[in-house]
Amino acid sequence: MGPIRLRSSAGARDGTRESDVRLRSLVAAVAATAMGISLAACGGGDKDDSSGGSTGDQTLTYWASNQGTSLDNDKEVLTPVLQKFTQETGIKVNLEVIGWNDLQTRIQTAITSGQAPDVVNIGNTWAASLQATDAFLPFDGDAMTAIGGKDKFVPTALATGGKEGTDPTSVPLYGLAYGLYYNKAMFAAAGLQPPKTWEDMVAAAKKLTNPAKNQWGMALAAGSYTENVHFAFINAAQNKADWFNSDGKPTFTGDGNVQGVLRYLDLMQKDKVANPSNAQYDNGTKSVNDFATKKVAMVINQNNADSSIVANGMKAGEYGVVPFPAPTGGEQVASHVAGINLSVFKNTKHKDAALKFVKYMTDANTQTTLGKPFSSLPVLKDAKPVFTTDAAEAATFQDVYNTKSKPLPLVPAEDQFESTVGKAMNAMFAKIATGGTVTADDVKAALKTAEDQVAASS
Amino acid sequence: MSVATETAAPAPAPPRKRSRLEHRPGLNRWLPYALLAPAVLLELFIHIIPMLVGIWMSFVKLTKFFIANWSSAPGAGLGNYKVALDFNNAVGQGLLKSFGVTVVFSLVTVAFSWVLGMAAAVALQPEFRGRGIVRTLFLVPYALPAYAGILTWNFMLQRDTGAVNHVLEQLHLSDGRTFWLIGGNALISLITVAGWKLWTFAFLTLMAGMQSIPRDLYEAASVDGAGNIRQWRNITLPSLRPVNLVLVLVLFLWTFSDFNTPYVLFGTAQPPAGDLITFHIYNASFLTWNFGTGAAMSVLLLIFLMIVTGAYLLVTGRRSRRA
Repeated sequence: MGPIRLRSSAGARDGTRESDVRLRSLVAAVAATAMGISLAACGGGDKDDSSGGSTGDQTLTYWASNQGTSLDNDKEVLTPVLQKFTQETGIKVNLEVIGWNDLQTRIQTAITSGQAPDVVNIGNTWAASLQATDAFLPFDGDAMTAIGGKDKFVPTALATGGKEGTDPTSVPLYGLAYGLYYNKAMFAAAGLQPPKTWEDMVAAAKKLTNPAKNQWGMALAAGSYTENVHFAFINAAQNKADWFNSDGKPTFTGDGNVQGVLRYLDLMQKDKVANPSNAQYDNGTKSVNDFATKKVAMVINQNNADSSIVANGMKAGEYGVVPFPAPTGGEQVASHVAGINLSVFKNTKHKDAALKFVKYMTDANTQTTLGKPFSSLPVLKDAKPVFTTDAAEAATFQDVYNTKSKPLPLVPAEDQFESTVGKAMNAMFAKIATGGTVTADDVKAALKTAEDQVAASS
Repeated sequence: MSVATETAAPAPAPPRKRSRLEHRPGLNRWLPYALLAPAVLLELFIHIIPMLVGIWMSFVKLTKFFIANWSSAPGAGLGNYKVALDFNNAVGQGLLKSFGVTVVFSLVTVAFSWVLGMAAAVALQPEFRGRGIVRTLFLVPYALPAYAGILTWNFMLQRDTGAVNHVLEQLHLSDGRTFWLIGGNALISLITVAGWKLWTFAFLTLMAGMQSIPRDLYEAASVDGAGNIRQWRNITLPSLRPVNLVLVLVLFLWTFSDFNTPYVLFGTAQPPAGDLITFHIYNASFLTWNFGTGAAMSVLLLIFLMIVTGAYLLVTGRRSRRA
């Protein structure tokens, strides 16, 4: 499921959960019925069902993901940008903003039914999985030229667009990266320096933890499988371990993977620097709020946490950001290459218009316009981050994004990796929080189950 | 639902004069079909065809590689069933565990709802002042939209901020730090919430059933010196037998295939102890994009529920005839 859980959007997600459920079951029912009808009709023939097939009046349908503080906020931010595109090209854009809880199901349904929009935002970690469905337009030489050439993108960002060695089926739109946020006043009061290694971080967190006063060193979104799996990935990467071999087969039970997962679990289990209640934090907003309201001294989050932190009353100068540290001697991986990509559906009737739109959205001007409201890092070479006024913070995130991040596995089974490993970590955190013990053997057994699940369905 | 109408069926309407329609045999012959047609078509499109598609899906390898073009999906034979039923691998084991959880969940929830519903119906049987108000109050869980109700439970069951822990702490029954939505307690929470949602239906049905038990039976019984419990056992219970037969079956089928309660209560962070089978199947198909295996699991669930229902009706039907 949705690998990119955006903190700033999560508040809105909770509020719409009720309608999400209804919508989801409705969509599933409609999809099933639609499939039934098309089968019953034994319909060959072409699917000329979308309107505006002629070249005269072109209207693109665009599904945007939730990047701002709410779906309405996204609409407000994007509408003038899209109007400008219409003025420049005469192509109209029909915008729909979709929450993260729904986006993957909506894309699934669109692929299944063929009733798809022209252009869609995707979590970049889905890229290889979605590429495998063969429903998206590959950005081959011509298409890539049409959107301004591949050289305009940051190479690591573009690398998330699809499987290595293939024409990508998505291009980067908004960049995100993890950073370790720390409370400057708390660190100063305890005479601590911002941590440079994992060991520093744990030592600082221990010093700033006082369970009796409900004060904790760190907050973890330990009940969110999408967050958990990112940390499984990053911690294993720091141990130089991979989750898939070169044949795309899962290798979850390697020593580096097990130790990486255990190291992250131990923040709650052995080091006890996180409140056991965090096992119920099912999205990143909750841990960010703990940080913003000064209940915890540190939180590891993607850079779009800024808007939530400030909205909760913390001022820009009160916190600092350093790269999420690796253990001494470990690989300096501080994040996965997070972010949002843009894809074009293969069955679009408006291929040229869609490519023009992709070019416009990934244009330097548009990127600058959207970088601030969406707290995103630029995906273009030579572009400057505009999401914060704190120059040091901007530099840290840009450095993490450009030089210290590794893409999540670019294999079709990536989505299964996220759900199986992420949910296994949820369960292990739950066990720790409710008083149980998780040993390295337990981690290995849990990862073995996840590996079997992935192997069984690929 | 049928229970209520069955037991409370109005007396047959007096025979009417011959209608005009009977003088037009052509129309007369077609009218029933014409009236039925929309229902038949809807039934076909909403139930039968999707079900057949589901069964077909269970025999093909419908993974993310093929969902863009269904017809290209290769046949899987019994492969999907083999994966789902191979209890030595992770997928089969997961399904088996989920099945076990669901069986426990259903049995306890049905028992809980029935007992509560029966108790409330009996308590409200005699007339007293304010009975209407209490009845209305009892109907609240049923009248409340399911999502609103379950979400409220979700808030109440939070560890740090939830009302449940707060009350328990105030009563010195716990230290107020119990996790209700993760770990082993999740099943207890799930049963409580599902039972809370369901018992009102049991209450409503049983109450409607009790309306048709003649008052004089009770009066005669109390003249003979039978106490309340005796009356309940020897009059109420046997009189409600047909109602109970259907009620228990319906409650069981509903709880066994309950999706909303775990989905809304746990969100994306569902604990293993609350992994009900419909939810499990949803995850198996939508999270991993493996609709073939998901469909196979659904078909297995369908077969299981059909067997249970058939056996139940057979056993209870036979007993009824003997009685």
